[in-house]
This record gives sequence, structure tokens and C-alpha cells, in this order.
Amino acid sequence: MSETTDRPLLVRGATLPDGTRGDLLLAERLVRATGSGVDAGAPGDAEVLDADGLVALPGLVDLHTHLREPGREDAETVATGSRAAAAGGYTAVLAMANTSPVTDTAEAAERVLDLGRAAGLVDVQPVGAVTHGLEGQQLAELGLMARSRAAVRVFSDDGRCVADARVMRRALEYVKAFGGVVAQHAQDPTLAGPDACCHEGETSGRLGLPGWPGVAEETIVARDVMLARHTGSRVHVCHVSTAGTVEVLRWAKAQGLPVTAEVTPHHLLLTTDELAGYDPTYKVNPPLRPAEDVAALRAALADGTIDAVATDHAPHARHDKEHAFTDAAFGMVGLETALAVVSTVMVAGAEGGPFGWDDVARVMSANPARIAGLAGQGRPLAVGEPANVVLVDPSARVRVDRDATYSLSRNNPWHGRELVGRVRATVLRGRVTHAV
Amino acid sequence: MRRHLLSVDDLTTDDVAVLFATAAEMHDVQRRAVKKLPALRGRTVINLFFEDSTRTRSSFEIAGKWLSADTINITGKGSSASKGESLRDTVLTIAAMGVDALVVRHGASGAAQRISEWVDASVVNAGDGTHEHPTQALLDAYTLTRRLGDLADRHVVLVGDLTHSRVFRSNVRLLTRLGARVTVVAPPTLMPSGVEAWAKQDGFATSWDLDAALPHADAVMMLRVQRERMSGGFFPTAREYTVGYGLTRDRLALLGDEVPVLHPGPMNRGLEIAADAADAAQSMVLDQVSAGVAVRMSVLYHLLAGEEPA
Amino acid sequence: MAGVVGVPTELDEHGRAVMDARDVSRALTRIAHEILERNRGATDLVLLGLPTRGVPLARRIAQRIEAVEGAPVATGSLDVTLYRDDLRRQPTRGVHHTEVPPGGVDGKVVVLVDDVLFSGRTVRAALDALADLGRPAAVRLAVLVDRGHRELPIRADHVGKNLPSALAERVGCRLEETDGRDEVLIG
Repeated sequence: MSETTDRPLLVRGATLPDGTRGDLLLAERLVRATGSGVDAGAPGDAEVLDADGLVALPGLVDLHTHLREPGREDAETVATGSRAAAAGGYTAVLAMANTSPVTDTAEAAERVLDLGRAAGLVDVQPVGAVTHGLEGQQLAELGLMARSRAAVRVFSDDGRCVADARVMRRALEYVKAFGGVVAQHAQDPTLAGPDACCHEGETSGRLGLPGWPGVAEETIVARDVMLARHTGSRVHVCHVSTAGTVEVLRWAKAQGLPVTAEVTPHHLLLTTDELAGYDPTYKVNPPLRPAEDVAALRAALADGTIDAVATDHAPHARHDKEHAFTDAAFGMVGLETALAVVSTVMVAGAEGGPFGWDDVARVMSANPARIAGLAGQGRPLAVGEPANVVLVDPSARVRVDRDATYSLSRNNPWHGRELVGRVRATVLRGRVTHAV
Repeated sequence: MRRHLLSVDDLTTDDVAVLFATAAEMHDVQRRAVKKLPALRGRTVINLFFEDSTRTRSSFEIAGKWLSADTINITGKGSSASKGESLRDTVLTIAAMGVDALVVRHGASGAAQRISEWVDASVVNAGDGTHEHPTQALLDAYTLTRRLGDLADRHVVLVGDLTHSRVFRSNVRLLTRLGARVTVVAPPTLMPSGVEAWAKQDGFATSWDLDAALPHADAVMMLRVQRERMSGGFFPTAREYTVGYGLTRDRLALLGDEVPVLHPGPMNRGLEIAADAADAAQSMVLDQVSAGVAVRMSVLYHLLAGEEPA
Repeated sequence: MAGVVGVPTELDEHGRAVMDARDVSRALTRIAHEILERNRGATDLVLLGLPTRGVPLARRIAQRIEAVEGAPVATGSLDVTLYRDDLRRQPTRGVHHTEVPPGGVDGKVVVLVDDVLFSGRTVRAALDALADLGRPAAVRLAVLVDRGHRELPIRADHVGKNLPSALAERVGCRLEETDGRDEVLIG
């Protein structure tokens, strides 16, 4: 890599994930020293970050980002998405394959990788498509993508489900050869009609919105869990949204099956109540679910049934949302608010959440990096480890403004809401990529 | 009344009473040689129909014209999304021509509400997806009121494809508000999701058995069933639907000849309603159509005649 | 939605009665006789009251005519709300009932009946409304009180009482049928 080596960085007086207070000396891309009194031995030319009152976490890793480039550069580019990611505390993101053209070849994957390096703010790791053109039929060149400079390990047709059981089985078998994982967007297309735009339930019934039920997700997850058992290959379940899926996952983990799962920040807080105004800002896939599901997802994240939080950052140009609900695009932005939402829901909470900051580091950094196979990410803040750090003000209350963003898009469901916790600085391999 | 009529929920019971009183006067005007009233002279009403509906559009057009409004029809099939233009752009373009009211029919639920957030003009929902069709519910309730008097404690049975029916959604809201006891009947596949909880909360009954509901009916409203639903697996055949849920000759006899039968149209004769029922003396179908103009005149008058908002 | 204001509350408190029940009754009796005289009988006569208070007044006049002539007089009501020239200047008003007697108005002598004649705008609207109902042979106007201050070239054919008033003054009429008693107030 051609990154210029920056001045050494001294992070002074941070609270570390385990709750202890200490300094961090970062130099030549690595953590060089930790603990108290580090500043005494710091080089004279070190840049100092005053982290008094701030929590230091390892840089966040997003398993699920849509950067829209190539194809929809009016909604987001690798550069603007990287900038938003850095602002959200991320040091690595996995860029989903549903671009135009689709990332289903080695060349396409390398192009995304190169765009990410050119932006230089986060590690942009391409996700490869499972099937050619996301069409769900013929396998994409999984092996060539794995062998490419991009070294693709995560494969997903996200946005679409690999619905055909035979195709899913073969994909799982095939990626074993290079330690790949198939990340499934679980949604049985025969249970989710072409117009389906929200969760099917009492709210959709009243509003007259065509929806799809939780079982459309749960049946696919159940099937994939059994396929994981059959093939011995790794399945990762994208954006889990229902209590039923949580039950299936809990069973799978009890069996010791190689299944992992993620949940989005919005599914941890927002419910079908948001649909009442027909505002397509809240149109997302998987759809917002009832409060019972939200409670089950929080519990599953807390007990480890769900491994990771992933944003499913899905920027859309304004004109793709300025339609009637059914006609508008699916998705919401999330890179810049994910940590604050997790902090609000899981750490702060009404009476204090179930999470400490070490848990946040686990579900937003260590676990996602492990699932994605990113060796230089998600490591503890220890001597010799990569100098990827995010500094968080845990008590800052921020009212979200959709226009105060680095993303090109404004489809922000958190606009106007107050969240607790604010990213103050992000450091990628010793270099500050974001600071406020 | 509010500035828009997007849902039956926009109306208080007092509003409904006033709308009905005005509609009754408008109804009388329909029988005159000169049907024109000057109340909306100089006002412009655009019927913006993204989905075809000859009867609703004509009804609104006549209503506007008889009130002396300039009425213009704009029809565009398919969503604006398919044309690469956002709905907002489409609507702002039309509103920029200087419009006092937009009467909107759209295939997507919530479309009228979205549009009302973008324009200064009054918006009247003339049917949004499978959500609401408030003027249809008003004209149905108005027709029933003229026939039955006060609807309090009257038992109205609604039958048909409830899942896909905006007429059902508006009617159940309005009729329960007016104190009627409502039973909605459909096969389980055509019941809206979560209807049990909804029914409990709003105070209406659901049933899969038409023959159990009919003997206690003071009025029956048959809703259209689209034949295409068979391919969606909602019911096996037209024949089976008719036997289970159609207003057949036998069921009509069971009903007695005093109980009014309503249908919002267009009717699928032989599917949800037998010809005998459609043409029976107790059939209110044509009364509904004529009431439709009166009720829409009343709605346009109350939304548009008064002072313009500052 | 706004109803029609009968007697403003300030009149109620500070108003001075200029006609009591007996005055009202005498005035209506005289108007009934004037109409009969002018029309040379009750043939082809139609009395249309302008809501709200013109309607019971028309009925009372009709009763008096019937008492004299021994035959029923066609009576109805004519709402002018939809024809008003000030619709846009206030919140939308409710509409009152228009009741045209079975014989219609074509070729008839129509007497419009109202409580108070003021600017003349209501009568102007009534003439337009009437034109949409048909073509009377003649249209006349009967009012209980004429308070002056016309803004249009309109005058009444039959007046119960001419009541000179200042423009700022209010004149209100109460009737048994709508308000529980008969009186005319100024204040």
C-alpha cells in the first residue's frame, strides 16, 4: 500500500473498551504502546488527540454497505460512502455486489477495491455476487473473485435472495475451497409478492399496503441452516428482522453449526409504527417489523445469537424516494448513525442497556471482521495491533440532521431524532480519517 | 373540514352530517332542468387519474362542472416511476398551472397523502391503491341513510375481496363511526392481514360464513372480486367463489326484498352478484351512482367554496 | 361549519325592541292583504321564504292568505348560499334546504320573503337562484323589516316596518319557530 506514514499519534486519556483509562501511542500503522503514562515516552513530534471523557474502540467494520458505484454515482460513490463511513467510526466496509454492473467478476471486484484505495478513508472490501447478474441461477465466478487482488471471501446476492435451494447448496459447497461465506438475503420471493413493500401484519392491513410476512424470511433461514449442516459450509444471515429467525438461529448455534448473523441499527429501534405516514424514508428491505420482533432482536444481539451489527447503508437519490410508498426504492442510509443507534439502544437505554463498550467493540468490529475474514481489522487495541481506532463521546446527545452528512443521499430515517453517542475521531492505520 | 379529504378519518361525525345535508340539496339540483350552480365559479379542479376509472372520474367531473368549476382530466397510466419521473415532479408540474383542487386516483396506497404534502391545492383522494376511497364510502353511507334513516345499530354486511378493497377500508371506518354494526365477510385468503386485531379495536365483526351473516342484515354491500385473484391462489375457481360468497338468487330470497343491496361497481355479474340481485328492486346500484355526484359536489363545495387559506 | 346567526349576543344584551309579537303579527297580516290586493287573489301565487327566518315568515303569510281566500297557497323555501357573492370571503357555509312547491315557479308570481332587507345582496343571490329554477311571470319581495343601506338597485314590494338605522347598528329578528318568541331588535 502506498499510504504515506503520518506523524505518530498520541491518544491521551481515553476510556478503553474494558473500562480502564489509558493512553494509546499509534505510529507506523500500529499501536505502539498502551496504558497510563504513555505520553511521557511519546515522540516529540507526536500529534495529540485529547480523549478525555471519550471511549476508544477498535475501528468499526461494516459487513453490509451499498456504495452504489459503479452505476448510481448520483446516490453515492465509493469516495463519498467512504467519507460517511469514516465519519461513522468505520475503518472497513464490505461493499455489496448489487451495483451496475454487478460485482460478479474478478475485474469488477478489483475495480471496487481500487476505488476504495483511491479514496483511502476506509478499507473497502468488495462482496462478490453469488450468481451471475444476481439472477439466482448460474454461479458467478466465485473462484476468480477469490483469487483476484480483491481476495473476495464474502459472497452475496443481497437485494435478492438465493431462493433456489439447489443453487444455494452448490454455492455453499463451492466456496469451501477458499474459505468463503455466503451472506444470504433471506426472503422467499414466492411469499413476498412483486408489490410487497412492508411487513405484512395489522398495520399493513389497515394501510392497504401489500406486505410480506416474517415467515418469508424464516423459512429461508431455516432451509439455509440445514444446508449449512449438510454442506459444512458457512452461512451468514444478513439483516435478521424477525423473532422467528432468532429462534432458528438460536437452535443452529446450539447445534454448533457454522452460521452467523447480523442485524441493522434500524431493526433494533424502528417498528411498523413508522409506516402510518406512508413516508418512503421508512421503506426498507427487510421491512420494519412490529415491536415484538425488535425486542427479540435486541435480546439476540445481547446474548450473542446475533453476532454483528451491520448498517445495510442504502443511499438513494431523492427522486427515487419521491414516489408513493409502493413505488419508492427500498433502503435507508446508516453509516453515520449506526454507532449512535447501537449506543442509544444497547448501551444507554432507558435504564441502561445490556451492553458495555467491549460488547459494542465485539458486535461492530471484532465479529464482523472475523466473519468477513479481514485480518487487519477488528483487532483489540493492544501493542502490535493495527492502529485502527474510533473515539466516541458516550454522553453526547445529537439531534440527527439529514443534511449534515457526507453521503450524497438524504434518505435518513433518524432525521430529527435525538441519539446518544457521537463519533469524535476515526483513525485508520495511524492516520486520522475523521475528526470533529 | 380540513383542507384535504384523504381518508374518512379526516372527517368528524359533524362534518359527515353537514356533507350529507349539503349532498341532499345537491341531489335535488340533479332533478332540475338547470343543474348548474355558481358556487365554484373561477375554481379549477384537476382530476389526476394515474389509474383508469371511468365512473369515478366522470362523477367528479360532473360534480365539478355542475358547481361551475373548471374541470380538467389528466390521465396517465402506470406509475410515474416507470416513466423515469418522480411522482413529486409530475404533481408539481400540474400544480404549477394554478389549481385549486387535485382529485387523485392512484394505484399505490398513500399516494394522495404524499401528494398533499407537496402541493398547496386541496387534495381529494379518489382511491389510493388498496387503502381508501373516502367519497365512495360517503356516497354509500349517504345512500344507506336515505334508505334506512339513522344508521345507528343498523347491521351492514360487507362481502368480497377485502384484502384488495379500498372501498371496504373506507366503508368500515365510516359505517362504524356512524354507529352501524358491521360484519365483513370473505374467505380467509381475502381477509386483510391482522384484521382480527383491527376489528376488535374498531368494533366490527369478521366472518368466513356469508349464510350465517345474511339473515341479520339490514343492508348488504357486495364488493368486486377480480378474476385475476384466482391466479394468486386466493380462491380456486369463480364457481367456488360464487357458491361460497356470491349474492346468488337463493341468498337474495333469504334476504327478503326490503334489505337494500349495494355494489360500488363495476359489477362482475355471475361472480359476486347474480343478475337477479343486481337488477332487483332492492338493488341500490344506480342510486349509488346518482348519490355519488351529489356527495362529490358536496365535498368539492365544502373544500373549495369558502375563503382561501391565508 | 358556520350556521346562520340570528340575533347577535350583543343585541341580546343591549338591543332595543322595535317590534314586539303583536307588531310582527299585524305587519304580516297587512303584508298578506297587500299581496292579495296586488295579485288580485291567490291564483298562481308562490311564496318562497329565504332561509332561515324567511321560511317561517312565508308560511305565516300563506296561512293568512289561506284564511282569507279559503284555498291553499303554494309555499316553499329558496336557499341562496350557493349564489352568494361573498362565498370566498368567509369559511364555507352549510347549505339550507330549497323546497320548490310541486307546481314549480314557471309562469307563477313568486313572492320572496325575508326577515330583514339590508344591502340587497341576498335578494340579488335569490333572483339568480330563482332564475335557475324556472321563469316566473313576476317576482316580488316581501320583508318584515327594511333597514335601508342598499348596495344594489333593489327595493321591497311589501314592507312590515321601515326601520331607519345607522350602518354600524345591528338589526336582528327573532321568531317563535326558530327562537321561541317574536321580536325585532336594534342596537
